[in-house]
Amino acid sequence: MSQKIVLVDEEGKRTDGRKLNELRPIKLKVGVLSNADGSAYIEQGKNKILAAVYGPREVHPRHLALPDRAILQCRYHMAPFSVEERKPPQPSRREVELSKVIREALEPAIFLDKFPRTSIDLFIEVLQADGGTRGAGVTVASLALADAGIPMRDLVAACAAGKAGGQMVLDLNDIEDKEGEADVPVAYMLNSNAVALLQMDGLLTIEEFKQAIDLALDGCKQIYVLQKEALKAKYLAIKEEAEEVVEEE
Amino acid sequence: MTSIMVSRIRKKQIAQLITSGKRLDDRGLADWRPVQIETGVIEKAEGSARVRLGRTEVMAGIKIGLGEPFSDRPNDGVLTVNSEFVPIASPEFEAGPPGEESMELARVVDRGVRESKVIDLEKLCIIPGKKVFVVFVDIYVLNHDGNLIDASALATLAALTNTKVFKYEMKDGEVEIKPGFEALPLRNFPIAVTFADISGKLVVDPWLDEEEVMDARLTISFDKDGKVCAVQKGGTGTLSPEQIIEAAKTAKEKAEELRKLVVKS
Amino acid sequence: MPLFYENRQIVAPGDLLAEGDYLAGHNAYRSDAKIYASRLGLVEYKGRLVQVVALNTFYFPSVGDQVIGKITEVNLHGWSVDINSPYIANLKASEALDRPFKPQRDELSEILDIGDLILAKVITFDRTRDPSLTIREPDLGKITHGQIVRVSPAKIPRIIGRKGSMISMLKKETRCNITVGQNGLIIIASRNREDERIALLAIQKIEQEAHTSGLTDRVTEMVRKERGDV
Repeated sequence: MSQKIVLVDEEGKRTDGRKLNELRPIKLKVGVLSNADGSAYIEQGKNKILAAVYGPREVHPRHLALPDRAILQCRYHMAPFSVEERKPPQPSRREVELSKVIREALEPAIFLDKFPRTSIDLFIEVLQADGGTRGAGVTVASLALADAGIPMRDLVAACAAGKAGGQMVLDLNDIEDKEGEADVPVAYMLNSNAVALLQMDGLLTIEEFKQAIDLALDGCKQIYVLQKEALKAKYLAIKEEAEEVVEEE
Repeated sequence: MTSIMVSRIRKKQIAQLITSGKRLDDRGLADWRPVQIETGVIEKAEGSARVRLGRTEVMAGIKIGLGEPFSDRPNDGVLTVNSEFVPIASPEFEAGPPGEESMELARVVDRGVRESKVIDLEKLCIIPGKKVFVVFVDIYVLNHDGNLIDASALATLAALTNTKVFKYEMKDGEVEIKPGFEALPLRNFPIAVTFADISGKLVVDPWLDEEEVMDARLTISFDKDGKVCAVQKGGTGTLSPEQIIEAAKTAKEKAEELRKLVVKS
Repeated sequence: MPLFYENRQIVAPGDLLAEGDYLAGHNAYRSDAKIYASRLGLVEYKGRLVQVVALNTFYFPSVGDQVIGKITEVNLHGWSVDINSPYIANLKASEALDRPFKPQRDELSEILDIGDLILAKVITFDRTRDPSLTIREPDLGKITHGQIVRVSPAKIPRIIGRKGSMISMLKKETRCNITVGQNGLIIIASRNREDERIALLAIQKIEQEAHTSGLTDRVTEMVRKERGDV
């Protein structure tokens, strides 16, 4: 590696002009697919991710069904055109691992024991990837689950923090993830102060690790507010329009 | 009797004991099971080790080959970690391609080795962009009695400590293998420490029954300088940020305990 | 003892609705002394009861519910029925015939075949087994004509209205026969296709605006406009 990319300049600005503790711009939309029981879409920086939920419904294959609760099946998948070098369509080991950690992040939020012998099938499709896709995936999946009318304890918000260019940063983009010193993705349930997803790769002292977690939780709290707004948005717009009509008359 | 029924009764038993600071096998909450490390057990492999952690048994084999570097890292050798949960290890394991647990394990072990830069991959480069050494790490789980991650990471590290790379010479732009070997130089010694969250308490090195009743699982890997190099939360429970930092502090000490055994052997 | 929203405000899963000595009703749950919403919907405070009228749900069967189902399989002793729920329902031959079922003589597919629609009632359902139906009551049985509409089961109460006010208005104003299943399926039947179209429009409007106030009046007005009665 002879080329040194400057990840953070002397003014504390990152490659995309952000401050150290700044999230990328986020757009959320709920209820975007007509066939799925619930769906949502997120844009976070250059990330573009769709989540769809089918269920609760019959379990396939049947032997996976649990007698006392529903199961959550999750598939995190990247489109071949989502990254710089075309990715072959078959699930990679990374996609298998991410499908697992994302599923484990969302399960604690769902009242699974209300629907025994059923399956909630969650699909996360990454249409364009630029770092932090598992966090954005968890964030958008929470909305798809809520949109499907699946009862939840809380929404799960997620994002990553880490170290890049020697500084602790929030919401790493692709180049920061690849060239930086550490990446710590976190998923969080606010009401119960519960971390539902946590990974780390890189090298950090325990103190830096703690700082990264705190920074990520800060990001999660901001994202949580955006999630709530997005869920209510569609209905608030209809309500305003409809009740305006009444007032006019 | 279904396994779920057994778990509920067991869960109560195990959870009750743990609340009073004890475990079913008489260990303290932060104790490792007895560890046995043997290296050089497979002569045909360039490096190998067998680790017993309690009754969990894992073998790691290292094969060195020649190959092409990754397009975005033309000056680096290649390290690849694979794991197989072979059917002999447990009635729950089926023959076939690796499932998600196996893939996750391989990636967590890989992260620990890669992020702590155990191997100087640049030194494994022969012709930049064309030919490099490939280090194949294959983890073979022989008996599953809990905590496969830590046993696998330990076996991997132990196998790397006795890995030999063949000598070579360049003749007309082609790699010619010479007789003799060189030990693979290692720069770091990462150790994985896994906790199981049972009734709100984190216990180190869970065995099989504890794993079946745990809520969440947390693996933290430390390098020789006491830096965190890999973390993976598993399972469907959750942890508080405070629990996580407490665990990190404990893990640092526990990693040092295990490291002494590898570096010495 | 604080309440954190106003009645009929939109709340999302995880929103803290109340703290103190309250009881959690539909689509809400209690954790320590706090009541949270578990679904997106309109919060309702009724004395000590805190609940949420969900904006979207799937149909979770309840014994006694009237449902509209579609036959998906003909089995040995009955049929499998899709009732738009996570669980496939079954209809035993004994619950469809008014006389004893004779396997050698009765051809089940001649009574009800795959694709047929039925108006049925849920007679059993619990955590360990799939719902069971009956069509042996007077108004139940095979549906032979009409248009089928699908809405979120959460909207059914609004389509029926308080004490049936909305559904009776709809039937009167559109001159259609409207049969409502608790599972989100509705049959609109009329001799006049135009009437059926207007009834469909009305139901769609209710579904869209179920969470707003003054809806009954707006729907009545819309129907009258469509029929040219205004």
